[in-house]
Amino acid sequence: MLRFENVGMRYGVGPEVLRDVSFALAPGSFHFLTGSSGAGKTTLLKLMYLALRPTRGLVHVFGQDVSMTPRTELPDLRQNIGVVFQDFRLINHLTAVENVALPLRVGGAKHVEIDSHVRELLSWVGLGERLDARPSTLSGGQQQRVAIARAVINRPRLLLADEPTGNVDDRIAVRLMYLFEELNKTGTTVVIATHNNALVEKFGHPILRLDDGELSVRRKLDTKETS
Amino acid sequence: MFSRHSDLPFERDQSTRFLPWIVALMVFLGALMFAAALVVSDAVDTWDSSLTGRMTIQIPENETPGDTIPKLTEALQTVKDITSVRIVPDAEARALLIPWLGEGVVESGLPIPSLIDVEIDAGSRIDPVLLQARLAEIAPNVAVNDHRAWLSALIDLARTAEILAFAILALIASAAVVAVIFTTQSGLAVHAAIIELLHQMGARDSYIASQFQLQALMLSLRGGVAGGAAAVIVLLFFGWIGRGIDAAFLPSLSLSLLDWIFLLLVPAGAVTIAMLTARVTVLRTLARMP
Repeated sequence: MLRFENVGMRYGVGPEVLRDVSFALAPGSFHFLTGSSGAGKTTLLKLMYLALRPTRGLVHVFGQDVSMTPRTELPDLRQNIGVVFQDFRLINHLTAVENVALPLRVGGAKHVEIDSHVRELLSWVGLGERLDARPSTLSGGQQQRVAIARAVINRPRLLLADEPTGNVDDRIAVRLMYLFEELNKTGTTVVIATHNNALVEKFGHPILRLDDGELSVRRKLDTKETS
Repeated sequence: MFSRHSDLPFERDQSTRFLPWIVALMVFLGALMFAAALVVSDAVDTWDSSLTGRMTIQIPENETPGDTIPKLTEALQTVKDITSVRIVPDAEARALLIPWLGEGVVESGLPIPSLIDVEIDAGSRIDPVLLQARLAEIAPNVAVNDHRAWLSALIDLARTAEILAFAILALIASAAVVAVIFTTQSGLAVHAAIIELLHQMGARDSYIASQFQLQALMLSLRGGVAGGAAAVIVLLFFGWIGRGIDAAFLPSLSLSLLDWIFLLLVPAGAVTIAMLTARVTVLRTLARMP
């Protein structure tokens, strides 16, 4: 599904923000990505969703070596990757429905198909009453749920989420995690970057831990992190 | 619900507000230039066709004993490709000079040559030098005036003006291209965040370019219609003024139906140029993204 081999990444002539990162995610797996601020989580996610190319090393996505894939074929790979951004990145002049429908429109789906799917999903995340609201009129938590709905609407093969529960209360956070798990059960590989150790502990999925640009894979949190 | 054409909020772009005005001005100037080129072209064609088929034989007054004109007429009628020979009556010849010299001078016994008008078969050409040599056997000082020769300089001048008009039209089109490139690049910068988002979702370059292309179409169409309408009004006005001018050599200022159809190409061309320029600009910029 996703494989990194000795990946290094630096911006310009600065120091490497990721060093010799190697890991593989099996299809249908669920991982948390943890690490302190500045450890390189966002950069790693950007490499995963093909917004960046590594300075060195190999990145394989859906079995394809990204560095060898022609640029014209990258959109096909990206259409199978859903991303929840930390800052939501909703389009302010579009309604909630239109924001969520974007990946389907980009993928060329017909309007009729889009309509029912989008309404159903927004209702599921508790925004059935705010379908035509613009992002500026939604609370932070509501915007986050629109962003999540947008990331999962086209049932991506890989879902990457950067702090997806950062702006919602515990009840909604758990509900969103269940949404991710439901999606995971249908075969989507999920990676959730989070600082919420309680959530990591509660759901118990394997952890990709980044420390100062170096990655390790763990089964569960350290005792120190859970305390 | 999904009737929105664009994912990008173009209506908030300050830079796009000027594009219809720029296109309108370009189309207005372009249409006037194109119309000028068409008028000159039509005039040149008219001069060309009307003068190619005619010659005038001029015989000095002191060389016109009784049988010279009939002999010349007879000789001319035997020349291949000459379809008609007409002796210009003396009164008609004098009348031609009155606008230039005044009635008093012309009627005061001014010696004027005898004239013979010759019509030549359409599409045929007769060498005036050879014809003159042949006629000189009858009247040594006879002169053959090929109207084409003394109007050729005027035709060359008109052709140059025509080329100049098309060159200016090309410059106007180039200026329109630059304006669209600037507006599109400004739009790309303003909407960079949304474009990056669409790109990440797997939008192909053509998907994003189509939105800019559609925007360019709408803006340039608005400008094209306005500029075209203004040009039509001005050209109709010139045509109306032109009807009151009676000057044989001046080109007619009114346009034919075919000319009006050609003029539609100016706004249509402006819209096409704007769309293609926007598309190419976006595609070239997006090609630099990962």
